[in-house]
Amino acid sequence: MLVRPFWRYSLRTVALAYLAVILVAPVVFIFIKTFEHGLATAWSYVTTPAAISAFWLSVLIAAIAVPLNTIFGVGTAIVLIRTKARGRRLLDALIDIPFVVSPVIVGLALVLVYGINGWFGSWFADHGIQIIFAPAGMIIATVFVSLPFCVREVAPVLMEVGTEQEQAATTLGASSWQTFWRITLPSIRQGVAYGVVLTTARSLGEIGAVAVVSSNVLGSTVSLPLLVKYRTTTPGPGGISAAYATGTELAVMSLIVLLAMTLLAPQRKEAR
Amino acid sequence: MLYLSVFVLIPVAAVVSKAFSTGLGDFWTSVTNSISLTALENTLVISLIVALIGSLMGTIVAWVLVRDEFAGKRVLTSIIDLPFALPTIVASLALLGLYGTGSPVGVDLALTKTIIGVALLFVTLPFVVRSVQPVLLELDTEVEEAAASLGAANSVTFRRVVLPALRPAIVSGTALSFARCMGEYGSIVLLATKVPIASLIIYNDVESGTTQSAAGLSVGLLVITLAILFGLRGWESIRAR
Repeated sequence: MLVRPFWRYSLRTVALAYLAVILVAPVVFIFIKTFEHGLATAWSYVTTPAAISAFWLSVLIAAIAVPLNTIFGVGTAIVLIRTKARGRRLLDALIDIPFVVSPVIVGLALVLVYGINGWFGSWFADHGIQIIFAPAGMIIATVFVSLPFCVREVAPVLMEVGTEQEQAATTLGASSWQTFWRITLPSIRQGVAYGVVLTTARSLGEIGAVAVVSSNVLGSTVSLPLLVKYRTTTPGPGGISAAYATGTELAVMSLIVLLAMTLLAPQRKEAR
Repeated sequence: MLYLSVFVLIPVAAVVSKAFSTGLGDFWTSVTNSISLTALENTLVISLIVALIGSLMGTIVAWVLVRDEFAGKRVLTSIIDLPFALPTIVASLALLGLYGTGSPVGVDLALTKTIIGVALLFVTLPFVVRSVQPVLLELDTEVEEAAASLGAANSVTFRRVVLPALRPAIVSGTALSFARCMGEYGSIVLLATKVPIASLIIYNDVESGTTQSAAGLSVGLLVITLAILFGLRGWESIRAR
């Protein structure tokens, strides 16, 4: 379809203007606001004890949620694509639940199940394990909301790779374990990596679900996104400017993730 | 399956059971009281509008990224993913500062539905673009050229050749955006302080300990979301025949 120059430039202008207003301007704004009082001020905001503890909590949540969902994601993708197990279609539909259910509802659900008055809450309480209003609850919440990413990235790749090489390996006497490590995993590597990146991004940035199960006490169960929210409602020097600094800290972490995404993207096309 | 049960299925079942724990009447009240109704209506209307604008703009952006050539296109292609990577609360904070009270660009959208819409357009931007882009890349331009050489005007070629090929991708991207809008919390938490939005009402209910009404509203929100998603899928499968 040959688009006349007038239309081509119009569409380009519309697209660029839209992206500028919706996407670029807000991100640039955060950076400007952070550094308007200088680098040292911004640095002091992200190195308060509360901010450091929030940083490590966010890292801890991601460090547990991401490997769990990666293992689950690869396993589920294999079950969905490679086996004819019964209930496969049901499983396929259920995987997407976290995409449809609001994160806040996820938080509520966890309170109802693991809270003091919840279904299993009293059992955990009797054994001295606190889940709600503790990091454990925040980790479970994050696992929930970031669950589909890896499955959804790995499954199409697995489908495309086909089974020929795996069958060849089996014919040559490889055990299913060997086949998985030597043949399947290397061929779906890009899909797994991209899934990990998306899961990590979501884990670091999740707020809705973790807000509900957090006690909102600084230094204990406040992750970085929650700290941003907390600081926007705090008046004075520890308030909005500090929120911008924490926002930038999160933005930088996510830019690193985005960079990883971009580096992986062209290789994904070659793999096809 | 066990993993899925522990982390996903049991909690969702708990919400549904809590919603009906004190009888059907209480459930009905929790969904149809004036606050819940306003919140559900706001959420639904804003989500539908955002999904529509998003599908149109997303398709245009995908088109420009695939068919147009200009300097900086590669950079643009990579920043499309930014909303997936950027924590939603950061988007919320940025939009509040940029388009809210004391805005440096002179627009005060604070506390309006418009700024909520802008936030939702931000977080859902990649859905349609990322779903349309690969289809557009694979689309064979020969069919379009054939149509043009047979005398079809551009508008006809677009409507008869390009759009039918893109429609499934546009619809699935839009469905994902819509679902995201209905439940979104992080990107609008700082913006929707005056406009009742379902997810924020649910949050406040949980914080104040009224979990039954929170669960009731949750079920209401889920039912509406699923009804529209199934409707969309049904319509699409009828069109596809």
